Parts: sequence; structure tokens; C-alpha cells
Amino acid sequence: MSNKEILRMLEKDAKLTHEQIATMTGTSTTDVSQIIKQAEEDRVIVKYKTLINWNKVGNEHVWALVEVKITPQREVGFDAIAERIYKFDEARTVYLMSGTYDLAVVVEGRTMQEIAEFVTRKLAPIEGVTGTVSHFVLRRYKEDGEIFDTKEEGKRQAVIL
Amino acid sequence: MTTIRPVNTVGSTALSQRVNSIAPSGIRKFFDLLASMDDVISLGVGEPDYTTPWSIREAAIYSLERGRTMYTSNLGMPELRKELSRHLERCYGLHYDPNNELLITVGVSEALDLAMRATINPGDQVIMGAPCYVAYPASVQLSSGEPVIVPTTEKNLFEISPSDIEAAITPRSKAILSGYPANPTGAVLPREKMLQIADVARRHNLLVISDEIYARLVYGIEHTCFASLPGMQERTILMGGFSKAYAMTGWRIGYAAGPREIIAAMTKIHQYTIMCAPTMAQAAALEALRTGDNNVEEMVANYNHRRQMFVSGLRQIGFSCFEPKGAFYAFPNISTTGMSSEIFAEKLLSEEKVAVVPGTAFGECGEGYVRCCYATSISELEESLVRIKRFVSKHT
Repeated sequence: MSNKEILRMLEKDAKLTHEQIATMTGTSTTDVSQIIKQAEEDRVIVKYKTLINWNKVGNEHVWALVEVKITPQREVGFDAIAERIYKFDEARTVYLMSGTYDLAVVVEGRTMQEIAEFVTRKLAPIEGVTGTVSHFVLRRYKEDGEIFDTKEEGKRQAVIL
Repeated sequence: MTTIRPVNTVGSTALSQRVNSIAPSGIRKFFDLLASMDDVISLGVGEPDYTTPWSIREAAIYSLERGRTMYTSNLGMPELRKELSRHLERCYGLHYDPNNELLITVGVSEALDLAMRATINPGDQVIMGAPCYVAYPASVQLSSGEPVIVPTTEKNLFEISPSDIEAAITPRSKAILSGYPANPTGAVLPREKMLQIADVARRHNLLVISDEIYARLVYGIEHTCFASLPGMQERTILMGGFSKAYAMTGWRIGYAAGPREIIAAMTKIHQYTIMCAPTMAQAAALEALRTGDNNVEEMVANYNHRRQMFVSGLRQIGFSCFEPKGAFYAFPNISTTGMSSEIFAEKLLSEEKVAVVPGTAFGECGEGYVRCCYATSISELEESLVRIKRFVSKHT
């Protein structure tokens, strides 16, 4: 059993209890708790969250992927502008990208209007941002390795020798 | 209204002595009971709970879209045999000529049947450990051979003993049928013991027929391929497949690797009975060999978690349970309940709706044990343990 193994298990299922992880890895609960506590303190485990299929409870959310082009700054490169952007609550995910644009920003809002306001009033005017292209998300099929509406229907026979 | 058919129709007299020589499954009653119930947690399966990884399914769909619906060569698609040859070289350092030492079959089941039919003369004896997979003795009998059962025990970790094999040898002994990692026990044979068995095979000029379908599913121990032992490739029919490692049971695809004379003989039977393994399944198998390793690793890691959790759960209930190091079965000793394995399985099913397979399905020496497959979700495994515990405390 390694720390990484425990992390991989929790990444798949954050609801696993320390006792479950201990029996599944053949470790003591004390050791598992110790490892997890340390990982939390080190912010190796950043947060425990839940993946929600909002489509099923009325679509209250709108997402857009915003491509952002920026002029890198002396000494800090892209980091300073990235920070200005990722501190906004509306920016749910921020990546520095290779290719034709620099930052990929996933923006979440309650309406398309709300996202448009954020992009035009907050994001685009930031000094160093030279251009944005917004793509609205029409449908979320899969997120973080999880398919929202699976159509798989594998069914096994009850007894096979 | 039920119609009662007369007993002496042509049906019953038409049967061959050969088929009549095979004992019917002793657990028919159990299957009937199971079929009539809903909401059963089944630990009675013998297959993964994963569906085949998408990249493999997608490759088969693509092959269908391209219209690859014709027969392949009897031996199997040349690309698949080449890839399989590379795979065996990579895994075990074994070289098999893809042109005449490999045969793609309809699962290991077909390979096993072919191996017996190609090598066993009437009366020849095949030595095998038990409890063992149900088809082992039957496949020998269907070839008019005689299965010679060497019991294995929990105390000896269900490892077949080389000296027991040697003691069972007669002038009629033809082959040793080995099946490790084992169904139903989950036992894995350590390399030292395999070397001793190889030595027995060599000294008595026996063939080794080795079913290694669970080769990839081992935990904390390395699988040794029988054919990779010194001097053994020339006397081993290695059988493997895709069902368990790549979660491809329904595709029915496996292979046999062995000396070219034997593969040629097996191919003769194969071409008259099967022609070739299904073309789309071969396309899927090729993709599995090329890109499936990451999927296998992830599935093995997950089986291992369930294995440790389930075995420790059974032990906490109070069962003695040997630590299975391979496959996806636990084989707890239930004799402390005072019930036979069949009664235990029947009562557990009717009272707690948990299906396990009585050990006796795998040979008489399986009495006192049940086979539990842990290839099911953690939540179902936990619930089954709660139910088994309740069942045991009620009956002891």
C-alpha cells in the first residue's frame, strides 16, 4: 500500500471511510488516517467535492470555455494575469495552454447574460489581455472521468461456474 | 397444464455413452431456486463486473463498419497471432512462431477441448488438482480419457503437490492438467513448486496442459508461465485468453500455444468444428493486446482492493479463509457452521438472498467450502458480508 494508492482511491470515491480504505489495502485504520491527515495538511488533498448532474434538477447553470490571449509580462510571465483571473469566483477552471491561445478559462454563471457580463466587464479589460473568444457549453456529457447519463446495460448471469 | 412426456422416447436412448459418462451438475436445484428470486446479491459469477474497455469495443465496431465479416484463417488473423507472439515474448520471454505454434480459439474452453481431443487416447489418464474448474474432468471424459483427481487442501494453500502427482502416475498417465491461478480457490502456484512439477513431467514424459486464463489477475505475487520453465515449452500446451484480464467474457476469444505438431493437430479439429474464432472478436482481441494494458492494471488494482476487503470481512465473521493470490474468488471454509456446502449455499440464498457456489460443484474435495466471486461493487460486497454474518450467527 502506498500513499498514492490511497490518493487514487479517494480521487475516485471521496466517500470511502478510513476503515474501508484500511480493509481494502490491508493497512491499519490508524495508518490510513495518519496518511490522509498529512495529505490534507499539505494540501495534497485540496478538497472533497461532489459531482452533480445539474441537468437532472433543472438547468440552473451555464458554462462557457473562454480562450484568453495575453501578453506575458517581464519576470512573472503569464502567472500574474492568470492570478488576476483565477481569483474571480466565476472562473471555475483556469489552465495555461500551449497553442493558439494562452489561458483556457471555464466560466460558470446562472445565465448566458451573466457570463457575457463577466467576460466583457471583468475579464477582457484586464491589462495584458489582448483578446477573448467565448464558447458556450451546450451539454456536459462527461466530467472528470464520469459519464453523466450512461447507456450501458451490461447484465451478468447470476451464477457462472 | 403440464404435459408429461413418456420416459422412453428416442431422446433418452439416443444419447452416447460418452455424454452419459459425464455427471450432471449436482447443483441444479440451486440454480432453479436462484432463477425464481429477485434482488439477489450474486457472488456466484465467474466473470468481471466491468464491461469491455471502450477502445476494444470500438475497434470491433470499426471492423464491422469496414465490412470485416468473413472467415479469417483457421489459425486466426495473422496480425493477431503476430501480436500475441510479441505479447508472450514480452510477458514470459517465450518465442512462439505465429505461423504454426499459435491457434486462436473460441475461448480457453475450446482450446481445452481441442488439447484433450488432439492428445488423449481412450483410457489415457490426465492428472489434475481439485477443487478445479468444472470443465477439466469433463473435457478429459469427452475425449474418452480418464481424469485422475489429486485433491488439494486449504492447509497446503490449495497448491497441487508434486509428490501427490508422482504418486498418481501409472503407465496410462498422459498429461498433467494445471489450472493456476485457480478457479475456484484463487490459489497461485509458486515457481519452486512448478519447477518440481516440471521435473515430474520430464521424468515421466508427461505432457502439461496449462490453463492460464487468470494469468494477469495476481496480487502481490508474480505469475509464472508453465511453458517458460526450463525445458517445458516443448511439452506444454499453454492456453490463455482475453475474457478475464480484459473483461471480454462474452466475446469468446482465447488461444493455445504449443509445439507445432500439437497445434497442427488441434487446428485440424478446430477447422472441422469451428472454422475460425469470430472475426469481430479477433479484431477486439488485437486491440486488447495493443492498447489494453492500462485497463488491465486499473482493473487488477480494483480487484485487489475488493479482495483484501472481502477476505478480511469473511475472517472477521469467523471463517477460516485461505488468502487467494489470484483470479477473483475467495474460497472460505464454512464447515464450522455444521452445514454441507450445498445446504449452506441453498439456505444462504433463500434466507439472505446471497448467491455463492457450493465447493462441491468443483469436486468432492470442495466439500466444506463455498466459492465467492468478489468481482462486484464494494457496496454489494459489504452488504453481502452483513447478510452472511447474520446468517451465520442465526445458525451457530
